[in-house]
Amino acid sequence: MTPAISIDGLAVVFDRFRALKGVSLEVQSGDSFGLVGESGSGKSTLLKAIAGLVPAASGTITVNGKTLGARRDKAFYREVQMVFQDPYGSLHPRQTVDRLLQEPLAIHGFADGEQRIQRALDEVGLGNGFRFRYAHQLSGGQRQRVAIARALILEPSILLLDEPTSALDASVQAEVLNLLEEVRRRRKLTFLMVSHDLAIITHMCERLMVMQSGEAVENLTASQLIGHRVTMDYTRNLLRASEGFVRT
Amino acid sequence: MSDATGTLLEVDDLRVDFPTRTGLVQAVRGVSFSLGRERLGIVGESGSGKSQTGRAIMGLTPPQALVSAKKLALDGIDLLAMPARQRRALRGKRIAMILQDPKYSLDPVMSIGRQIVETLRTHEKVSKGEARERALAMLEAVQIRDPARVFDLHPHEVSGGMGQRAMIAMMLIAGPELMIADEPTSALDVTVQLDVLGILDRLVSERGMGLIFISHDLRLVASFCDRVIVMYAGKVVEQLKASELREAQHPYTRGLLNCMPKIGYERHPLPVLDRKPEWAA
Amino acid sequence: MSIATVQTRRDWLLSDRPASRMQARLGRAYVAWRRFSANRLAFLGLLIIIALLVVAAFADVLAPYSPTVGDLKNARLLAPSSAHWFGTDDLGRDIYSRILFGSRWTLYVVTLVAIIAAPIGLVVGTVAGYAGGWTDAILMRITDIFLAFPKLILALAFVAALGPGIENAVLAIAITSWPPYARIARAETMTVRNSDYIKAVQLMGASPFRIVLRHIMPLCISSLIIRVTLDMAGIILTAAGLGFLGLGAQPPLPEWGTMIASGRRFVLDQWWVAGAPGFAILIVSLGFNLLGDGLRDALDPRSGDQ
Repeated sequence: MTPAISIDGLAVVFDRFRALKGVSLEVQSGDSFGLVGESGSGKSTLLKAIAGLVPAASGTITVNGKTLGARRDKAFYREVQMVFQDPYGSLHPRQTVDRLLQEPLAIHGFADGEQRIQRALDEVGLGNGFRFRYAHQLSGGQRQRVAIARALILEPSILLLDEPTSALDASVQAEVLNLLEEVRRRRKLTFLMVSHDLAIITHMCERLMVMQSGEAVENLTASQLIGHRVTMDYTRNLLRASEGFVRT
Repeated sequence: MSDATGTLLEVDDLRVDFPTRTGLVQAVRGVSFSLGRERLGIVGESGSGKSQTGRAIMGLTPPQALVSAKKLALDGIDLLAMPARQRRALRGKRIAMILQDPKYSLDPVMSIGRQIVETLRTHEKVSKGEARERALAMLEAVQIRDPARVFDLHPHEVSGGMGQRAMIAMMLIAGPELMIADEPTSALDVTVQLDVLGILDRLVSERGMGLIFISHDLRLVASFCDRVIVMYAGKVVEQLKASELREAQHPYTRGLLNCMPKIGYERHPLPVLDRKPEWAA
Repeated sequence: MSIATVQTRRDWLLSDRPASRMQARLGRAYVAWRRFSANRLAFLGLLIIIALLVVAAFADVLAPYSPTVGDLKNARLLAPSSAHWFGTDDLGRDIYSRILFGSRWTLYVVTLVAIIAAPIGLVVGTVAGYAGGWTDAILMRITDIFLAFPKLILALAFVAALGPGIENAVLAIAITSWPPYARIARAETMTVRNSDYIKAVQLMGASPFRIVLRHIMPLCISSLIIRVTLDMAGIILTAAGLGFLGLGAQPPLPEWGTMIASGRRFVLDQWWVAGAPGFAILIVSLGFNLLGDGLRDALDPRSGDQ
């Protein structure tokens, strides 16, 4: 079986700054894979490189058996979609939810737009009452649901999630995480999820990679992490930090 | 940690209202608590009024806001009756505040050292040389390894963690008795976050200050503070000892604790918060 | 009863849950209108512009005399009176009638300039801002060349080359007034280009053309409308200036600038000949300025959407 995402020696350079220094990973189809690290670790850059939002300096990215070139074609975007971190910045301020969801359908020439929009809104638990609202009439959690609906409407097989809940309140975060798990189960999606929060990654993902300053630190399964069976000091530090403050 | 030294801050029925085009928005609706020389956490989600409570104590609410309280007193001095000039003098001298992102609260065109020196010299009459000495000592106290070098750096030249340490140094230089920290570590990486909290913790207990720690992170507050106030929709729904957080009574507090994913506890789906209208009543 | 219907119609417009595309759009327009009409001066500006439109549309009905044919024998340079409200000029024509008809030319100039200049500026600015790199550099250097000359001087040069006449004046003004719009559109584009919502559209496989046309331009349009409205006064003055210098509308066309030019010979003794069209220019310019200020408050995307 071909892996959903396979990355080999990927490097990304911004004006001499090496954001990614040759990272390799493999995500099996239907898996949920987590990328953990602190700011500057290159975890978001990795997602953006897959999506084609930043150019790769070297290395190869293969999605569903197809090695990607510098340009992504329309077929690629039918396979891979992304949910961004900031729900306040990822929705166009002058478009209604309806218009936002129609755009991908128009670009890819779907005829049954009406039904698809209805279904997408129902799937993310918003229903028709939200269809003609503007972004400013929605709460943070609702915005993120719209962003998920927009990503799902093209029926991709791979979802890239860039800290999808870090800007949300804890209770809303739980709702959005549940929603993501549900759509993944129903649609048999492959997730590649970035987070700085180990608890979220172990909750959402079966396997994960710890990253630090543009390099992979180690690859783990969620159960290894839960059982503290880690080999690198950096990962151990992250684990300890995630347990809260300890007075010395 | 005890509040044996007595009450430092007394807040009784604090209200903050914002008049808007569509009517009055009540951000804080009758918050009461008292603070000794201890670490008090204020926890709540966005819109709970926790930040506005901190700002009202500090006297930093936006000009259109209406602040009222039956009592808002620092060490027995009524803060609301005080003329604006005196209140300003009090800020930094006796009450200090740390904000979330040092990038926005430090002056970008002034070196870190000069900002600390200026803060000290507005509150105390000290010579330039002495002020510099004390600023360097303060930078050392917040565990900056090379204080003399950092002294001459500008805020954009340091990392987030370093910036927040500099901010703490600046806020503590005049020796305030009360420190209000509004999400002081939310913009920082987890490992840096703990270093900064460690520094804050040590300084607060060494100097016998009172600390109000405002955060959305219940777990962090529970592990850091002595006492926790939980706010919802502008009101206090529960006040309890941090060590007894597990035994919280209010369904909102319990829901907040429950809905966070925890390492080693598999729950699919996560329990979600079922908000009851009577909580906000 | 009627209060109740008004109330419900308002609620329908302000609804947080619009049920159709149209309701959402109307609701948005209504919020902007409320913000606009709360500003009294802006409202006055709107009234002035509406009055200008009405006058231009019904000039033949409203004007008591012909704008071009005067009574040379009996009515030369008469002072304002009940027969001739603003007096008459040196050819015995009624100035009031000429001003009413002149409003048509003013509107003609202003509308044409806006229709030509604003889209050029919008396209140049958004394309330069979105494409970046060489495209941006070349387009912006061209813009800079146009900006380097004072507007009136450049317009003068164009009219001198094209020949006098109101069409050429319009063309000259349009050619000289798009660069600021391009700058505004570019600045606006640069701020939204890297936002997540534009990235999201890129990730749907949208072509750059589609992104600029359907996602970036709508964001630039409101600041452009504001700027164009505020520039209207300047356009009227430039047109009047060209007319005054004899390079715009040619006599006997009742264009306000040309009227001032022909009245300047008698400005000391028969002040109304030049004064009346001058006053008309003043009022209309003021109207556009007030309207533009009001639109800025009502449409400014940065002022929040509440």
